Amino acid sequence: MTPVLDHLAILPILLPLAVGAFMLLFDERRRLLKMSLSLATVFALLGIAVTLVVLVGLPNGDRWSTMIVYPLGNWPPPFGIVLVVDRLAAMMLLLTSVLGCATLLFAMARWHKAGPRFYTLFLLLLTGLNGAFLTGDLFNLFVFFEILLAASYGLVLHGSGTARVRAGLHYIPINLVASSLFLIGVAVIYGVTGTLNMADLSRIVPTLAPESRTLMEAGAAVLGIAFLVKAGMWPLSFWLPTTYAAACAPIAAMFAIMTKVGIYVILRLFLLCFGDEAGASEEFGALWLYYGGMATILFGGIGVLASQSMQRLGGYSVLISSGTLLAAIGTGNSAVISGALYYLVTSTLAISAYFLLVELIERGQAAGADVLAVTLEIFGDPEEDIEDEDEEVGVAIPATIAVLGGAFLATTALLAGLPPLSGFIAKFAMLSALLNEAGDIPFAHWSFVALLMLSGLATLIAMTRNGIRTLWVPAETEIPRVRAIEAIPVGALLFLCAAMTFAGGPVMRYMEATAQILYWPSEYARDVLGDRPAGHITSDPRASGHGPSGGPP
Amino acid sequence: MEIVLSIGIGLFTASGVWLLLRPRTYQVIIGLALLSYAVNLFIFAMAGGGLRVDAPPILAPGGVGDPTAIADPIPQALVLTAIVIGFAMTALFLVVLLAARGRTGTDHVDGREPDR
Repeated sequence: MTPVLDHLAILPILLPLAVGAFMLLFDERRRLLKMSLSLATVFALLGIAVTLVVLVGLPNGDRWSTMIVYPLGNWPPPFGIVLVVDRLAAMMLLLTSVLGCATLLFAMARWHKAGPRFYTLFLLLLTGLNGAFLTGDLFNLFVFFEILLAASYGLVLHGSGTARVRAGLHYIPINLVASSLFLIGVAVIYGVTGTLNMADLSRIVPTLAPESRTLMEAGAAVLGIAFLVKAGMWPLSFWLPTTYAAACAPIAAMFAIMTKVGIYVILRLFLLCFGDEAGASEEFGALWLYYGGMATILFGGIGVLASQSMQRLGGYSVLISSGTLLAAIGTGNSAVISGALYYLVTSTLAISAYFLLVELIERGQAAGADVLAVTLEIFGDPEEDIEDEDEEVGVAIPATIAVLGGAFLATTALLAGLPPLSGFIAKFAMLSALLNEAGDIPFAHWSFVALLMLSGLATLIAMTRNGIRTLWVPAETEIPRVRAIEAIPVGALLFLCAAMTFAGGPVMRYMEATAQILYWPSEYARDVLGDRPAGHITSDPRASGHGPSGGPP
Repeated sequence: MEIVLSIGIGLFTASGVWLLLRPRTYQVIIGLALLSYAVNLFIFAMAGGGLRVDAPPILAPGGVGDPTAIADPIPQALVLTAIVIGFAMTALFLVVLLAARGRTGTDHVDGREPDR
């Protein structure tokens, strides 16, 4: 590959950062300029992401994929910071830019006017997300996490209102505390291993002495809690549904990928440091992820059934999706993980589409109508019997409602994992991998299977109930006025899910190759660091005093 | 020196966590500040080679000299970054606190006074 193409690796970070900063120079009234600049940026990001996905998919020599390693300032790793584009990172970049395009288009209809500096914050969020997916350095990861969190604090409050400020009051401190835990974890890992480079870490972990291993695992556990807060594992997830329900629609749709950042980092670090080649630390924490994930599915499923507003239902679907992914990572089976990656993409697209759609559907209704709908269902509608008698047979459904209803039906199928859409394929891939394992299937796997099914059922019941009460009502309520610019993003997201169904084979092959590479950390380390021998710090003069085991010199 | 620093970090953390769990927003923000002090000191304590005094932070003129005698620069860089980020986040959170106070009329973290 040419060196020029290598520079594509840094563009997803630089481009939104530069444009976002540049837009600060202009007055808020020059909305058209800002709009076109940010739209051009997100579509450019989409193009870059597609190029990167194609590039890393190309076979390289004897291997079936390529990795782009971009040392910043040309400092050789592990001393400098590297950006690494492999299949997983490229896939996440693509997902981010797709969501970015869809939600930005949606926001252009009206939400961008709801508060100042929307576009800058939005682009900064993209910068942070892309950086977190690209970086190969733990501390750099912290910096990008902070960038994306800082932007998200602003975006949660976008549009203002008491509910948003209240949600922000919980969301912000929880993430600040999680950031402190992140730093503690990073510091402990640095103290033990003397490196912050992820690839270097994967080489050093198997060679650790038993007394430093415990400390390293403690550091990794603290770090893991920081990511699990972001991923929303029960019981670290109570902030999530409230925040997502309070954020305005395009932001909530974009936040669908925020929990996936946590999942991504856990997947990457867990398999790099505690994968099959980690020696005594192999599968450290896997059981926690597995059972924690299952508890999250259970909590999410109960929450979905109990939620009265449609936004909260979306928030709990995010939890179900997170829980499923965490439990799948915890199984430590590469076939399950390739299914989980497919599920990650599908569920993110579906949840994003759902949040956008809900706003369109609810636009025509009085506030609190959905809450009333659920109450009506439980206590019965006193006027129902009288109305039925003289109602004419066959009520015309307005076209807008028909379109919205169709889209709602599609998201229901996607989130509940019903055929014919890709949600079903994702769940099927995970389940068949789980049940095809050699030997007896342990009880824990059966409970995962049962929970997956039950969570699908819970989603189906909850969404059908909400759909009937909000869409199948006589057209007395005002028909929501939907602009094309708002309908197109929802349609595009659902279309992508449908495309993933039809192109299920190629997409699944990409995911399988991704999962296989993830299970091969030594190869990743060789690509990033070159053929440097493992445990290079032994040649470092400082190594005698390295880590607590060495003691002060 | 180790024991003094450990007690210091422990005190900061304990006070920070206790304040974080208090119901008033001002207590929460002070708690966050104390916690970030504790974290910054902790990063320093994790420097390669352990805690040291009299270690120069830069190379002596005219050569590399003995690298083991020099303080580990990475934790210093990390702490500097963490301080800047923590400071910015505290400032941002302070604005949200004021907004919440103005909107809800109370400084309770839930945005409403608990029913007594």
